[in-house]
Amino acid sequence: MINYALNLGQTAKPEAVLFYILAPLAVAAAIAMLTVKKAVHSAILLAWVMITLAIFYIAQDAAFLGIVQVVVYTGAVMMLFLFILMLVGVDSSESLTETIKGLRWIAITASLGFGGLLISLLGRATLGRTTAGLADANSNGNVQGLAQLIFSDYVWPFEVVSALLITAALGAMVLAHHERTVKRVTQREQSQARFRSGSLAAAAGLPGPGVFALHNAVDVPALLPDGSPAPTSISATLKARGDMLDSAQYQLNNNDNAAEDK
Amino acid sequence: MTSNLIVLLIAIPLFSSAVLLLTGRKANKWGHLLGTLASASSFGVGVYLFTQMLAQPTAQRALTQKIFSWINVGSFNVDASLLLDQLSICFVLLITGVGTLIHIYSISYMSHDLDRRRFFAYLNLFIAAMLLLVLGDSYLNLYVGWEGVGLASYLLIGFWNQKPTYATAAKKAFVMNRVGDLGLSLAIMIAFASMGTASFAGIKAAAPHASTGTLTAIGIMLLLAAAGKSAQFPLQAWLGDAMAGPTPVSALIHAATMVTAGVYLITRSNFIFDAAPTAQLLVVIVGAITLLFGAVVGTAKDDIKKALAASTMSQIGYMILGAGLGPVGYAFAIMHLLTHGFFKAGMFLGAGSVMHGMNDEVNMRKFGALRKFMPITFITFGLGYLAIIGVPPFAGFYSKDKIIETALNAGGAKGILLGGAALFGAALTAFYMSRVMILTFTGEKRWDDEAHPHESPILMWLPMAILAIGSVASGFLFTHGDALVNWLKPVVASGEHAEHAELLPPIVVSALALAMVLIGISIAVLMYVRRPVANVAPENVSALTRIVRQDLLQDATNEAIFMRPGQALTKTLVAIDEKVIDGAVRGVGAIAIGSGSELRKSQTGYVRSYSALILVGAAIIVLGIWVITQ
Amino acid sequence: MNSANYLYLSALLFTIGAVGVVIRRNAIVVFMCVELMLNAANLSFVTFSRINGNLDGQIVAFFTMVVAACEVVVGLAIIVTIYRSRRSASVDDANLLKR
Repeated sequence: MINYALNLGQTAKPEAVLFYILAPLAVAAAIAMLTVKKAVHSAILLAWVMITLAIFYIAQDAAFLGIVQVVVYTGAVMMLFLFILMLVGVDSSESLTETIKGLRWIAITASLGFGGLLISLLGRATLGRTTAGLADANSNGNVQGLAQLIFSDYVWPFEVVSALLITAALGAMVLAHHERTVKRVTQREQSQARFRSGSLAAAAGLPGPGVFALHNAVDVPALLPDGSPAPTSISATLKARGDMLDSAQYQLNNNDNAAEDK
Repeated sequence: MTSNLIVLLIAIPLFSSAVLLLTGRKANKWGHLLGTLASASSFGVGVYLFTQMLAQPTAQRALTQKIFSWINVGSFNVDASLLLDQLSICFVLLITGVGTLIHIYSISYMSHDLDRRRFFAYLNLFIAAMLLLVLGDSYLNLYVGWEGVGLASYLLIGFWNQKPTYATAAKKAFVMNRVGDLGLSLAIMIAFASMGTASFAGIKAAAPHASTGTLTAIGIMLLLAAAGKSAQFPLQAWLGDAMAGPTPVSALIHAATMVTAGVYLITRSNFIFDAAPTAQLLVVIVGAITLLFGAVVGTAKDDIKKALAASTMSQIGYMILGAGLGPVGYAFAIMHLLTHGFFKAGMFLGAGSVMHGMNDEVNMRKFGALRKFMPITFITFGLGYLAIIGVPPFAGFYSKDKIIETALNAGGAKGILLGGAALFGAALTAFYMSRVMILTFTGEKRWDDEAHPHESPILMWLPMAILAIGSVASGFLFTHGDALVNWLKPVVASGEHAEHAELLPPIVVSALALAMVLIGISIAVLMYVRRPVANVAPENVSALTRIVRQDLLQDATNEAIFMRPGQALTKTLVAIDEKVIDGAVRGVGAIAIGSGSELRKSQTGYVRSYSALILVGAAIIVLGIWVITQ
Repeated sequence: MNSANYLYLSALLFTIGAVGVVIRRNAIVVFMCVELMLNAANLSFVTFSRINGNLDGQIVAFFTMVVAACEVVVGLAIIVTIYRSRRSASVDDANLLKR
């Protein structure tokens, strides 16, 4: 195999080096993407695979696509993914135990067969074929070559795809649009409700995080006058995620006592 | 001479029928008058055309009128056109004349019926269809009328269809007629296939060039059609049951006109039968069998209408026999047809009059001695009786005698057999008609006390009287100077016809016939005048009598040969349909349902399991490609 | 090195993506796996373009990217909508197909 590839000498050595380093990494990242629990981690790993692919594009004389890959996929699409993850709960980590009986084995067996056969077919199809290379096609520059094709032979699909893109944007807006069923509570009404609840403590509002504490980060609770941490000063999301720090270690009196001791 | 009046003959009654049927109950008050008027107008047109025709020289008497181009497909051209010639005008006058008389009779006879208007509508429809039948200039036009009279006959037999037996009788008549109609349509198809035309003139011109086999086939099919419509053996069974219809219907349709359509068909097709001896022989055989069959059946009937129906069958047998005897016989067949139209219609109307006076009783054993109560009916019926048995100088004598004579002269054993049958039939006719007369009008009264026999109103007896005059005089008029024979010659004579040597001189034949009639009358007198008549039919009778009472087992035969095997076949087919065909269809459904309910278990509703299936499918496809490109 | 190696890599990544679609329950991760499959296909196109010596493969890859972008936009909108009504992004919870 190696001899055969060497004999054909289709690609330059540096590219081979690039490939043999990056390809295993991409595969490893892809597999890891399936096995990590948190969706955010999956997203990061996918972004890595995409960047790898962008590098491969550039290595294969498809500079324009490589750049577009970075901009569109790693930039826009992955950003969109992360954004949605934030919306639906970045904390949602999923259990990897399979709930549908036998599904995992079916999937792995079928995919092994599928992948094996596909690779075998590809090998059969490309065996003995010489790589033409893009030197001729890119003689005026890759972008120019693509532009020439897009605006001549492919102008109709190009227009259709643009229509599709606009339709998709509209569709996404329609789908994500949330019709408000009750009137939004204004700040004024909230304030009035606080005062009318009867408790003076409620009227004062909730304390911000980090007040009187050693740190004023969002995950550090404020300290009450008696030096104990105020649990209401931390966002409920952070609490639910378990990201609230133990406020005891930031209690002032500990440090104050130590200073007095000194 | 104008020919564009011909269509009026048909159009008037047809229009009247449409008016009566479409107007509905609003026409109840005047419907019968319109119907009668339509029929009478048609008769008037017919008489006018007849006088016009008389004024023309013989060669120019036949007229045709094209109404519209009916079928025009490639080489197949049929015009809806009418042919009025010497033969059709006889029928036109008979149909409209007798028809008008019966319309008048029905005004009174049906006066208590709530549906009198509908009855007249059907009668007019019948008149129109029958006229179309005799006026059509091609077999296809004739066929339309042929089916039209079948329809009218069906509607009128089943006029009182609230009684299931009457409705069944109508269906029976219709179904048996369909068998005959099949013959007619086949004859038309054969004629068109071999000669390329369906018109009388075209086939007449083509007949000499056609093969004898073709002509025989057409002839046999036409005979089948005639047998169906004219109640001839072997399709005779429906006529007796057709008496379920109102009596005027029996008089008009099932005695005078429609049932004689078969005779018309054979006479009209003379050019075919003259060239197809085999078919012609079959015609005389059918005629001879039927004339004896009808006469024998008539001897045992106690129902006055059914006795008359059997008589009709027998008399039409005579006509068919005459028509089958070739060029010499056609005119005599038509003559007997016309005289029969008078006397049999008159007798049916007489029977209706008797029923009218006897609370619709039809059993002759419950009549007797009606002579005193219904003198006019007695006289008119009696004149018809004398005519049918063939006593000179009444009409039947002339016409029947001629047929017997022609049959005897047919030559050889054929002549002797046919002539013998006709003579024997004459004796039987005399016997059963005398029986009807004796049982109905003479002897002791045998009716129940609640019956109050009385003479019918003038609207009923006047038509009877007119028809009686016809029964007396028509025979003499037709034969005087061979009037009818010469009149019909242009239509039925087909050039040379070999005259057989006369077997017996005419006077001897007449004497023989009269002797047979006397024998028949004597037996009847011996059996029913000298001996008392029971008012219920005796049970201890010979096996032969029993068989005759059952119409010589005609229904049993039909049932055994056609109905039961047919039912068995139908049952088998139904079973096959249900078990095999439906089974296959339902089996497919069951397989689909069964496999569906099994496959449903794989539908978990989880998207991931579906995607796993897609993955498996993709793997299989790749495997397929891998194997194929090996 | 033979450029067919890119094709083998593409096949591997595609298969991994397919497995991910089947075995992961989080709809967002499933979507990422779909994106991975699309990307693998794109890599094939680019490689074929190079093997054949013309730019048509790159054009197809370009269009694929646009379509993928559309798909992501609509798909994620759907996920958000489902999440709003079901408070879950698990594809197993959206099992109304069964009934």
